[in-house]
Amino acid sequence: MSSSPSPSSALPFSADSAPPAALHLAVALDGAGWHPAAWREPVARPGELFTARYWADLVTEAERGLLDFVTIEDGLGLQSSHFTEPDGRTDQVRGRLDAVLIAARVAPLTSHIGLVPTVVATHTEPFHISKAIATLDYVSTGRAGVRVQVSARRNEAAHFGRRTLPAFEDVEDLGRPEVRELTADLFDEAADYAEAVRRLWDSWEDDAEIRDVATGRFIDRDKLHYIDFEGKHFSVKGPSITPRPPQGRPLVSALAHEGPTDAPFRLLGRSADLGYVTPRDAGHAHAIVTAVRAEQDAAGRGDEPLHLFGDLVVFLDDAPAAAAARRERLDSLAGQPYTSDARIFTGTPAQLADLLAELAQAGLTGFRLRPAVVGHDLPAITRGLVPELQRRGVFRRAYEADTLRGLLGLARPASRYAATA
Amino acid sequence: MSKSTSPDKPLKQIHLAAHFPGVNNTTVWSDPEAGSHIEFSSFAHFARTAERAKFDFLFLAEGLRLREQGGQIYDLDVVGRPDTFAVLTALAAVTEHLGLTGTINSTFNEPYEVARQFASLDHLSDGRAAWNVVTSWDAFTGENFRRGGFLPQEERYSRAKEFLTTAHELFDSWRGDEILADQETGTFLNDAKVGAFVHQGRHFDIQGQFNVPRSPQGRPVIFQAGDSEEGREFAAEGADAIFSRYSTLEEGQAFYTDVKGRLARHGRTHDQLLILPAATFVLGDTDAEAEELSREVRRKQVSGATAIKHLEFVWNRDLSAYDPEGPLPDIDPDLGEHTVARGRAQVRMYRDPLATAREWRELAAANKWSIRDLVIETGNRQSFVGSPATVAEAINSFVQADASDGFILVPHITPGGLDAFADTVVPLLQERGVFRTEYEGTTLRDHLGLAHPDATPSIPEPVSVPTPDPAPTSVPASAGR
Ligand SMILES: Cc1cc2nc3c(=O)[nH]c(=O)nc-3n(C[C@H](O)[C@H](O)[C@H](O)COP(=O)(O)O)c2cc1C
Repeated sequence: MSSSPSPSSALPFSADSAPPAALHLAVALDGAGWHPAAWREPVARPGELFTARYWADLVTEAERGLLDFVTIEDGLGLQSSHFTEPDGRTDQVRGRLDAVLIAARVAPLTSHIGLVPTVVATHTEPFHISKAIATLDYVSTGRAGVRVQVSARRNEAAHFGRRTLPAFEDVEDLGRPEVRELTADLFDEAADYAEAVRRLWDSWEDDAEIRDVATGRFIDRDKLHYIDFEGKHFSVKGPSITPRPPQGRPLVSALAHEGPTDAPFRLLGRSADLGYVTPRDAGHAHAIVTAVRAEQDAAGRGDEPLHLFGDLVVFLDDAPAAAAARRERLDSLAGQPYTSDARIFTGTPAQLADLLAELAQAGLTGFRLRPAVVGHDLPAITRGLVPELQRRGVFRRAYEADTLRGLLGLARPASRYAATA
Repeated sequence: MSKSTSPDKPLKQIHLAAHFPGVNNTTVWSDPEAGSHIEFSSFAHFARTAERAKFDFLFLAEGLRLREQGGQIYDLDVVGRPDTFAVLTALAAVTEHLGLTGTINSTFNEPYEVARQFASLDHLSDGRAAWNVVTSWDAFTGENFRRGGFLPQEERYSRAKEFLTTAHELFDSWRGDEILADQETGTFLNDAKVGAFVHQGRHFDIQGQFNVPRSPQGRPVIFQAGDSEEGREFAAEGADAIFSRYSTLEEGQAFYTDVKGRLARHGRTHDQLLILPAATFVLGDTDAEAEELSREVRRKQVSGATAIKHLEFVWNRDLSAYDPEGPLPDIDPDLGEHTVARGRAQVRMYRDPLATAREWRELAAANKWSIRDLVIETGNRQSFVGSPATVAEAINSFVQADASDGFILVPHITPGGLDAFADTVVPLLQERGVFRTEYEGTTLRDHLGLAHPDATPSIPEPVSVPTPDPAPTSVPASAGR
């Protein structure tokens, strides 16, 4: 498996001479699925979205399919079809539980799959999130990650009352100077946040707890470190109150779109172990990979592994027509065609496997699939796509590691504060 | 049976909870049986023991900065703890009935986020969440947070109160009947304004829509821990339970009478606020064996170095040159700003260091105590020491004498320190008919005999709400216990 996910070493389907490299696969869990009418499908369980059983069933299914990890979406306000405002709709799923806590709740019920909840960096405290994700790593014995997200929603800012954000209508507005400035600021703050969180994980060296009965010391205080992080929006003294987690540093991931500012890719380059990107096709994927790698080099992390996963919304059925019909049926229930920041795939598991192969050629190391209807498309991934990828020799047949970093071929990093001599 | 129990008074049912032994010098980490205080397996073992014993809940304390002494991280006690919400929610997966109480600070958090976390915990545990609201204000802790240490000490209960009020507004912003999820008609919600709230107050000026549906308990059970006049009023006004520190009979009764006496003024009844002191215990096959073990435990809890450090909290100066087995220092405490011990919640004890020092010197002289003896004798007396029968009787008498409604037990071994209590003392309390043999309900409110709070009957008007009292529970507590 590829342990150094740079573009050149990560061609999952290469020429006949070389054996095909492994693909990594994650699913993005969000309510009843990513299509706004997903909850109306007979397989959906819309009355159970706020129960532990629902989430345990989904993550267990993903683990049955040997997926690398699941992400769990979150937000600090009601879901909305509008960019920055609530939409007042009552015909779609609204309301959600805290994603970190959903992950913690399912951790003891699973044993191999990675758990990657979303956290909103804009309104939360890096100190709290650092210990929450470290604890997720403890309760899952090494399977925690986090997806760091920014929020430009005005209503979410009003839930905290600490900052006000400008209004904007849609994607075109992202080019306006004040919106550009805001986006850059939010993403750079998130990069600071990710950095502070990672330093807090390093703030206890692995062997800080000594329990030295002879001297009566429980810890070696020389192995605990102040992080003294100073950013534009916050500062954190440290050290963490939670000892260094099993993986050393849980996986840090973020979704980044190309756009009017470089800040989203800069966030990946500076502090992420894994980025989710949204290529339209292989050429676009190649351009994105090149741009992110440039940010990674600029941050002086060129030699560190940084996974890049392509995000795709998927409607999967055994016959292409069935998938297309399902999409149409859902669109008509929703009253409008579904659009997404990610490419929407409609077809069979074999067709999807072909597409993934093509995109992977461009330097992506894995994919995060967003099931359009979780009750249908998640099992289609685990029971249809996964066997197809296994037949092609590009997906694991058993979990080969116990930690999320291990599954992704990422070494356990040493604390940056540990004396090397 | 205690003679203070009159024959016609029905026996009170005892509430028992388990405090995971964490950051303090109760824990004897040097004991060969001491395990990890961080690994989830420790929490799972502890929680399963508490549930096997039919305890009401598991309790977690919190500290948001590592303690320091003389500018250095304090290294003699257990250090380090996991995140309260994540560990409690994970415990919901390995237990079915046990309540899950987390200490969460109101100074270094925001109401929207904390309300979401507690509502989520309540959903994910099917109604077992409780919140111990604490208020530490110091700039030392604040250095870890965006907000920093701006909050003056006298503002902490003002913010705590408004924080709790705001959280209640958020919990109550969903009535519980909004989700229709009607797949036929395509109506997910029956109300576009679901979760609407407006709060304009001194500490929070926020508005919008809360995004977690009403949870099984409506709101988490609310605990208060803190002993000042403001703390007691805060509890009497809006808490469901107090985590107190009085585990001697006279102090316990005085506190109990005082706090319960405040309830009527807030339109609340006697059984709407439970008083649950922290308590430690040492068990032996016989009372003599337990006494012996207790002495051993106390010496392990207080090493010579620990004794010196504890004296430094009061003296506020470096006493490392003193011999812990020798007499107390004859110099007086430094009355300047307290710079020696930082991050300790119990600073009240040291408000008059001169008097404390004088008192301690007299005590030590009269009893011929060394520094270490003094710290052991004044600070580490176990609440209950004896055979299981003795401990069961003592606990029962204490509760029947209205010195508390039960206890939050802190064992000195992680995580197995509760096992013997569960196996030997609990059956004796059950035989006496003062402790449940089975859980009768599923939620923590059920275990504690607290009423289920009503949701606000209508959608709140978008008007400014200054700082109203949290709505008291309007249904009398069930008489089932
Ligand atoms: C039994 C007890 C336990 C407490 N546990 C905590 C705790 O875990 N974390 C914390 O920050 N404060 C804790 N506190 C501190 C209180 O919340 C409060 O801030 C402190 O007692 C000062 O308030 P007061 O002046 O009302 O007593 C505890 C207090 C008591 C009495």
